[in-house]
Amino acid sequence: MSSIPEPVDGAIPPDSSDAAAPGAPPPQLVGSPLSDGEWHRLHPLTPLLRGGLFLLVIIGVVLANLRDRLLYIFLPWLAPGVGEEVVEWEQVGGDPIDFIIANNLYVLAGVAVLAVLIVLVTVFYTSWRFHTFRITGDDVEVRSGILFRTQRRAPLDRVQGVNLTRPMIARLLGMAKLEVVGAGTDANVKLEYLSTANAEAVRADILRLASGRRIEMAGPAARGPASTPGAVRAPGRVATLGQTVGREITGLIEGPETPVAEAESVVNIPVGRLVASHVLSASTLALLVAVVAIVIGVSQGVTWLLLGFVPAIIGFGAYWVRSIVRSLRYSIAPTPDGVRITFGLFTTITEIVPPGRVHAVEVSQGIFWRPAGWWTIRINRLTGRSAADSSTDQFTTVLPVGTAADVDRVLRLLQPSLPDEERDLIVQQGMLGPTPDDAFTNTPRRARWIRPLSYWRNGFRFTDEVLLMRRGVVWRKLVILPLARLQSFALHQGPLDRASRVTNVRAHVVTGPVSPFLAAVDRDTALALFDDVARGSVRAALADRTHRWAQDEAEAKPAEGAGDVAAADAGDDVIASPTVEASVPGGDVVSGASAVEASVSGGDVVSGAPTVEASVPVTASGEPGEDRG
Amino acid sequence: MTNSPEQIPDSNPASTTTDPTSAAEFEGLVEPRSENRLALAGGVWHQISPKYVTVQLISTGSFLAVVVAATLVLTLLMHQLWAWIPGGIMTVILAWTLAILPRQARAIGYQLRDDDLVFRRGILWQRFVAVPYGRMQLIDITHGPLDRGFGIAQLKFVTAAAATGVVIPGLAQSTAETLRDHLVEVAESRRTGL
Repeated sequence: MSSIPEPVDGAIPPDSSDAAAPGAPPPQLVGSPLSDGEWHRLHPLTPLLRGGLFLLVIIGVVLANLRDRLLYIFLPWLAPGVGEEVVEWEQVGGDPIDFIIANNLYVLAGVAVLAVLIVLVTVFYTSWRFHTFRITGDDVEVRSGILFRTQRRAPLDRVQGVNLTRPMIARLLGMAKLEVVGAGTDANVKLEYLSTANAEAVRADILRLASGRRIEMAGPAARGPASTPGAVRAPGRVATLGQTVGREITGLIEGPETPVAEAESVVNIPVGRLVASHVLSASTLALLVAVVAIVIGVSQGVTWLLLGFVPAIIGFGAYWVRSIVRSLRYSIAPTPDGVRITFGLFTTITEIVPPGRVHAVEVSQGIFWRPAGWWTIRINRLTGRSAADSSTDQFTTVLPVGTAADVDRVLRLLQPSLPDEERDLIVQQGMLGPTPDDAFTNTPRRARWIRPLSYWRNGFRFTDEVLLMRRGVVWRKLVILPLARLQSFALHQGPLDRASRVTNVRAHVVTGPVSPFLAAVDRDTALALFDDVARGSVRAALADRTHRWAQDEAEAKPAEGAGDVAAADAGDDVIASPTVEASVPGGDVVSGASAVEASVSGGDVVSGAPTVEASVPVTASGEPGEDRG
Repeated sequence: MTNSPEQIPDSNPASTTTDPTSAAEFEGLVEPRSENRLALAGGVWHQISPKYVTVQLISTGSFLAVVVAATLVLTLLMHQLWAWIPGGIMTVILAWTLAILPRQARAIGYQLRDDDLVFRRGILWQRFVAVPYGRMQLIDITHGPLDRGFGIAQLKFVTAAAATGVVIPGLAQSTAETLRDHLVEVAESRRTGL
């Protein structure tokens, strides 16, 4: 315990006796004082938000119920009518308050109430004291619990995204909940609650560390925030709280949080469109049918129908309003660390999906949306939640409703590596249906009976990077599968398929709303595709470097000339030299050595120049680096 | 059944001619007769142990016996005539399962290609799956008491996608273990992200 630096959230730990903890991230990479590799506590108001509020409500309810009694006991002249009631109660008997009064146990009762309160406050306080987190160069770690200690550590190169949630009440107090999304069920690391400024700084740090960005690249970016902690720390906590509440209320009216000068949203959804898109949906149709049924039923004298359906309709309305409110203020924008998606009116959620964390994309359009030309985009990604979690839906809908142009812009963010002509093709042919020069392989003539309506849309296209599946006429769908994320690929053939010499094609990706399959594909084409996908996905997966996305750019340089990068890493005082062996031992600059070490991922730098020379090209040539393991 | 690790097959047809001393695997896949069936060009299909059929016959057969016995007791002794309906349906289904079992087992096969594992099963409803080795998250080997008695095991290849469903039943235990070690080793050298 003693090693834990004293104050908290926002405060720089008063220089702790020991130096930076083992595994502390390089100071140039982190902007927030909370991510220095030491253990830190969460915001002191956390217990209030995580249950203390509930306690206050209970106390309030108890007091409200006792109000009359208290008035009668202490200020009898203000409650003239209560006296008779009390007499009635006393006749009924068994009231604990009367028992206390009758036996003159005021002190004992007061002490008991006080004791309960003290115990509760102590429990909350200690659980807060014991709830600590730290961010090191390689992982995020949280430990909590008093009797049952839990410790959870998430490796940074497996981070699937970072969510920043600001529930209504926490938001008024200027606090936010940070969630580091891991790959797996219930695999998220939660930091709740931090002050908003800190949460944003910590999020930036986590993403920066996870990106594997080199020091020289991060330098200018990190030094900006690093100079601001003074600003983050405001003079007095109570004084600021008042300002915060005021500011947040204004924020509610004016617009979403303004995250540190970042790119504009590429898509803007007018409120009208959002509401209309909900009105024009299959569930509204079902509602109308239900209403008509009720009206007819009631007019025929079957009034009990009303009783059954009214609650259902109210429930539907509530769902409707909730889903609209949730999608309000939607924005999506590119950041260096991935796509940033923000939505929500009262509870704001900001999530950042780093590159390469999208496993499947589905662009779809129901029949009701066709006249308006609206589309929605959903993705499969690892949300770190269980499938039953109702909030998973929020993290998989990337574009609630948008025009074809919006879809194009969002796809540009989700699949940045797609070439432009491919992207045009997706919109022209994949979404809007085949044009005369169709680039998709469609259902053969003999198997049209399997897809009697949609045979002319039912097809796929295979490129070096993605597999596109287009299907559906009433509900148009286009599935985009990055080969680098494809887990496995299957062909299914039943007896009827066999009779028509076709087969079903199924791609397997992580669980999510998108299910990539295609029926009625010509058998020979499908077998060829089976081999192509098998080869393509292995190739794409090996070439994929998105688990440390920013290293990508850094590693592109060694491919051109290893010497140049090493010199740049080592700093200005090293003479640019053609080979690594000259610069590392000669320069002996700490930052240079560590940078090389990071890219080579081994202690080879120490063991001798030739090893370094041998291993740098290995990393550069696209072999899977050891940091993956 | 041999314990030699050479039993673990690679895709090279020359090195995997079946060991004549053991009947550890079926020989010859059962495939649909139609020309339109799914088939891969080249590669050697490895099959499962015939003991799998025995084990399944015993377990399904004994379950069938229990169902038949329960139905007879309920209807004849206790005069519960309704029991004919569920009993009859289950008996027909189980009898059918038993009848097609031997052919089904001969349709299960796997191929170890350079970069991926291909798994096939089914005759009427054929299913082919290709899983790149690098996608492996873990390998499960399970064997029940009956499996242990006959020395067979079931191997499951788990990826991040739940739908992958590569479950190879009825492998000789030694084969299952060598195959597991082989797969883990190959996956390690081809490790990719999620």
